Amino acid sequence: MAKNLTPVWNKVAKHAMLPETTHDERARYNFLSNLNKHLAHVSHGTKTAYETRVVPKFRKKHGRDIQNRTELKEAIEKDPHYQIWSSLRRSTMEMRQQAGRSLTLRQATSLRDKASALNEGKSTLVLNPEVKVPEYLLAVDNHIMPGSYHTELLEGDVTPAANYDSGIFVTTAGLIGRYNDGGGKAITTWVRQNYPEFKPKRILDIGCGLGHNVLPIAKAYPDAEIIAIDTGAPMLRYGHARAMDLGYKNVTFMQMDAAKTIFEDESFDWIQSTMFLHETGGKSIYNIMDEVYRLLKPGGLTLHIEQPQYTDDMSEYEKFMRDWDALNNSEPYWSKMHDIDPVELMAASGFKKEDFMQIGAKAENDLIEGGVNEEEPEDFGRSPIWNVFGAIKK
Amino acid sequence: MEEELDYIKLASNKSKGKRPYFHDDHAVERVLNITMAIAGELAVIRERMDSIERLLEKNGTVSREDIENFVPETPEQEEQRQSWHSEYISRVLRIVQQEQEEMENPDKSIEEIANDINEM
Ligand SMILES: C[S@@+](CC[C@H](N)C(=O)[O-])C[C@H]1O[C@@H](n2cnc3c(N)ncnc32)[C@H](O)[C@@H]1O
Repeated sequence: MAKNLTPVWNKVAKHAMLPETTHDERARYNFLSNLNKHLAHVSHGTKTAYETRVVPKFRKKHGRDIQNRTELKEAIEKDPHYQIWSSLRRSTMEMRQQAGRSLTLRQATSLRDKASALNEGKSTLVLNPEVKVPEYLLAVDNHIMPGSYHTELLEGDVTPAANYDSGIFVTTAGLIGRYNDGGGKAITTWVRQNYPEFKPKRILDIGCGLGHNVLPIAKAYPDAEIIAIDTGAPMLRYGHARAMDLGYKNVTFMQMDAAKTIFEDESFDWIQSTMFLHETGGKSIYNIMDEVYRLLKPGGLTLHIEQPQYTDDMSEYEKFMRDWDALNNSEPYWSKMHDIDPVELMAASGFKKEDFMQIGAKAENDLIEGGVNEEEPEDFGRSPIWNVFGAIKK
Repeated sequence: MEEELDYIKLASNKSKGKRPYFHDDHAVERVLNITMAIAGELAVIRERMDSIERLLEKNGTVSREDIENFVPETPEQEEQRQSWHSEYISRVLRIVQQEQEEMENPDKSIEEIANDINEM
C-alpha cells in the first residue's frame, strides 16, 4: 500500500479459530495499527531529543559525558519528548490488549467450543495438566498481556491464544504477513537454500505458542514428523485447532516444559525456537539449551530466531532504546538476555564453539508484492528483522 | 449452563508488574490515556460512517448486518480508509510533531524576532 500505510486488519488470513469481529472491532484495530506506525516514525524524535537536549544538559551539569545506561535513563526520563513518546507508546499497547481481549472474551465460550470440536479425538493434541507453568512466566505478563499464555478463564479456554492471534497483526503493523508467519517462512527458505540435502525426519519446535512459525516448516517438510511444545494449554488447544482447520496433518502439539521434555536422547534432526528464548529466565535458558543438546541427533541442526543481540559498536542510546520494550512492554528477561553471549550459552550445553552459526533474517511478507518489506525506520526491537543463532551438533 | 464471563471488566484488566509512568505528574498520563482512548473511538465511528456511506452509495439502502460485514472492497478503498486514520492521527498528535521540528531547528522567540524586524 502506498504512503507507508498499514494494511487493513481484514487482510489477516481467516481460519475457523480466528475470533469473529464486529465492524467496530476491526476499525479499532485499524486505528491502533496506524497509531503504532505513526509512533514508530515519530520515535525518531527521541534521538534528536537525546542529542540536542539530553546530552548537552548532562554535560553542562556534570562537566563530562553520560557514562552508562543508568545515567542515560535518569537523564532522558526528564526530557518532555521522551515522556510523551513513551506514554503514547505504552498507551497504544494497553489499548491493543484491551481491544483484543474485549473482542475475544465476549466469545470465549464459542471459541472454546469451536476448538474442542476441531480437537476432539485427535491424537495430534496431547495435553498434560501435570505440566507446571515455569515460574518466570508466572512472575510477569509478557508484552502486558493480562493472564499471559496459560490463564484459563473457563474450562478449555483458548482466549489467550485468540487474543494473541487476532492482535499480533496490529502490533507488527502487518509486516510479518497474513498468517503472521514471516519468521518461520524466512527460516525455512534459509535452511532449504543452505542445506538442500537436509531431509529432517523429526523436528521439534519449542515454545511454539499457537504455532504461527512452525507451520511453514511443517509445510516445507511434509514427510517430517513435527512436534510443537508449549506449557500453555490455551495456546496448544487453539494452535492445534487452527492447524487442523488449515489442513496440517504432520504437527503434534504437546504440553511440555522445554527444559524437561519426555523425549529420548538424540531423537530430533532439527530443533527450532522462534521469539521464545527472550521470554524465558536467566537459569532456565541454560536448562533449555541443555535439553536441546540432549535431544539433538549428531549432525542435527538447531536454530533460534531472536531479537538482535547487543554489539560492542552499538551506542548506549541504542541499547537503552532496545531495552525500552523489554521494560515498558513487559518483556523483562529480554533486557537481561542481551548480556548473554549466544556462543557461550550454546557452549555451556556442549555445542562446540566452531560449530556456532549466526545469520540475519528478514520477515517474508505475503501482503506485499515481492514479499520483502520496504525499509522502515529502526523501531528498536519491533522491526521484522531478526538475529538467528544456532549450531549443528557434531 | 455455565456462568458468563464478565468480559467488559476482564478486558480492561491490568497486567502484572507496576505500571510505568513517564510524565512527572501522573495526572497528565491519566488524562492522556483517556484522551487517546476517546480519539480511538472517534476513529471507529468515522470508519463506520465511511462504511455506511459506501453501502448507501452502492445499494441505496443499508442494514445493520451489511455494516457489520462491510470490509473495503478494493485496494483504493483500503488506501482511502487507512489514509484517513493516518491523517487523523497526525492531526491529533500535531503538537508532538511540531515540538520535534522545533527541536531539530531551534527558533528564536517571536519577541526576539519583533526586535530583529524592528531593525530591518
Ligand atoms: C512469544 S511466544 C512464542 C511464539 C511462537 N514460537 C511463534 O513463533 O509464534 C512464547 C511461548 O513460549 C512458551 N513457553 C515459555 N517457556 C516455556 C517452556 N519452558 N517450555 C515450553 N513453552 C514455554 C509460552 O507459553 C509462549 O507460548
